[in-house]
Amino acid sequence: MFSASHRLHNDRFSDGDNRELYGKCNNPHGHGHNYTVEVTVSGQVDRATGMVCNLVDLDACVHRAVLDRYDHQNLNCLPEFKDKVPTTENLCVHVFEILQREMGSAHLQNTSLSKAKLERIKFDETMMNSFEYSGGAEPRR
Amino acid sequence: MRKYVYLTRKIEFAASHVYHNPAFSADENRRVFGKCNNPNGHGHNYTLEVTVKGEVDGQTGFVLDLKDLKEILNREVMDVFDHRHLNKEVPEFATEIPTTENIAISIWNRVAPKLNDGTHMHRVRVYETPDLFVDYYGEP
Repeated sequence: MFSASHRLHNDRFSDGDNRELYGKCNNPHGHGHNYTVEVTVSGQVDRATGMVCNLVDLDACVHRAVLDRYDHQNLNCLPEFKDKVPTTENLCVHVFEILQREMGSAHLQNTSLSKAKLERIKFDETMMNSFEYSGGAEPRR
Repeated sequence: MRKYVYLTRKIEFAASHVYHNPAFSADENRRVFGKCNNPNGHGHNYTLEVTVKGEVDGQTGFVLDLKDLKEILNREVMDVFDHRHLNKEVPEFATEIPTTENIAISIWNRVAPKLNDGTHMHRVRVYETPDLFVDYYGEP
């Protein structure tokens, strides 16, 4: 989980259009969420360890690539949202792409993560709204 | 390849129902449906999760405007199902048994056609209790 603030606003729209489209989310001072992130990976169960991957490795990767990056931040102030509205849809896609790159990177090739495939990122923005992205693939049921 | 993001909105409604098939004998109804055949009915707090899919709009950053989805769910689900006796007050359950399966199908049929172009219903999930739910993905 990470706690962050954001404001939904598109400079290409008029102030009136922004207010109408984004409602309270257009508050110029921003607002915040406790975002809950679920990271789903898949893989074969290793016969020696009984694991798809070591959760310690997955936790470390997610902490480094996602939580350290976004926790207690204002999303609008981050470079990836300079030209993109920090909706949870866009956040979901961005986090998937970050983690996909991380898990494929060379320095993780000797860890248990090299055997796992990133399947899905799911964000709970509030208790009532959640968003998920599977890299363009149909989500597994 | 289209990059779909899946958005889920959750709501709750409270309703009562009876499981009874008039084509069965009284004994058959009791045998098949057990306590759910109580003629006085019984009730649940149902949790509904509606998942829609769509591409992220480059301008708004949205798959769809959640305000629109909330209005659709209020009109098509809450106003119809909440605090109702499903057998007596929801038209399709005059002839269908209001099992959780049929509730999921009914909600899909009510909500899916109301979505804007570009967004599609992906799944309706109805929890009858916290440990029992039904998923419906529409007709293949």
